[in-house]
Amino acid sequence: MGSQSYVTIMKEWDIVAARQMGRDIAKNLGFGTVDQARITTAISELARNIHLYAGEGKVCFEIVESLEHKGIRVLATDNGPGIRDLSQVMEDGFTTSGGLGAGLPGVKRLMDDFDIESEVGKGTKITTTKWVR
Amino acid sequence: MNRDLRDIAIDNSDRIIQEWSKEINRLKSANYTADISKELFENNNDEFVNVILNSIKGNGSTKIVKDFSDRIIKLGWPLSYIIDGLLVFRKVTTNTILTEIEQADSEYISEVINNVDVWVEPIIRQLVNEYSVSWEHVVSLQRIALQELSAPLIPVMDNITIMPLIGTIDTERAKFIMENLLEGVMQHNAEVVLIDITGVPVVDTMVAHHLFQATEAVRLLGAKCILVGIRPEIAQTIVNLGINFSKLPTKSTLKKGFMLALEITNKSIVEMQDKSQNIDQLLGLDKGSERIHANSDLKTT
Repeated sequence: MGSQSYVTIMKEWDIVAARQMGRDIAKNLGFGTVDQARITTAISELARNIHLYAGEGKVCFEIVESLEHKGIRVLATDNGPGIRDLSQVMEDGFTTSGGLGAGLPGVKRLMDDFDIESEVGKGTKITTTKWVR
Repeated sequence: MNRDLRDIAIDNSDRIIQEWSKEINRLKSANYTADISKELFENNNDEFVNVILNSIKGNGSTKIVKDFSDRIIKLGWPLSYIIDGLLVFRKVTTNTILTEIEQADSEYISEVINNVDVWVEPIIRQLVNEYSVSWEHVVSLQRIALQELSAPLIPVMDNITIMPLIGTIDTERAKFIMENLLEGVMQHNAEVVLIDITGVPVVDTMVAHHLFQATEAVRLLGAKCILVGIRPEIAQTIVNLGINFSKLPTKSTLKKGFMLALEITNKSIVEMQDKSQNIDQLLGLDKGSERIHANSDLKTT
């Protein structure tokens, strides 16, 4: 559904490319500045997770439309080590990299819908959507 | 055999040039050089095709290719033009040689193709190399320019220093900020450092984390950090992310932060009363025409 575009995350600067693309799409969809900042930050977190833990992956953007509203769907996929305990990474303050541990739970709060699938040794797929209000 | 093919190509160079120009002109309209004048394009084409032919004549001499590539890079011709030009040349030359010689069994054809490849390939390789070297050079220069901008530290008063941050913060830059901050605190004997993030587009957990580390390090040196320039949308995302900024004093604008810094360092700005003085005089220009009142002055209390 809708147009799709993606950014491959391979080096740190690709994070900037990903969030730039996300911001542009969000702006065109009519999101306000606060929501644009939320979406951009969420993309930044997801892309950084790919860069930090998987090394390589993809961030895809999709414009989704339901009966009443439009939205942006962000898909972050990688073939990295995967996540052993999903409930643990969704806890505030849990980190394996010495960071703040606010990334994934933060993304969940920044966006409207959030879904995470992960298999150890195979990779992780995070789907998250924000609707225009 | 090899010698023969080369002679055939050189003997028929006029025809090759003609065919080549036709092809290139056809590509032009669809492509890159829409804004380049026709004359310039044709001149350049003539030169280009001659460079290729001379290089083949000179048995792969690189000097002439290098001179040409230097100039063409300086003028900013797109790489796609060069690549297209060489690929078209290969096609046209192969065709020309094959039509010259009636003998056309598959072995012979493949030999012709191989030979033309051997002529063209080193030129392609060299030109692509030259281009990528010039790009790398530009990128490295920009990197240096960026680094110069990345973490400036401005001592505005005794004991008060400002670090305005503009643009994306990545790991490398975060390190740089930390180093400059600590060095500056020592060097300027700063008591308060204002970090202004008005120009930082995204504050995610990584940026916040680096800011925390930097301020903690500054605190260890006995100075205080105040984070200023927090835009409303950034404030909302920080709250959503669930980052706790309570350990770090924050202000919405640099002005408010500066006021706080003055308070901390026991200073205040006092407006001087009834002291009409010419601005030009104050600035030492002394060509006074207008009289301007109410100049503020800084005073230590």
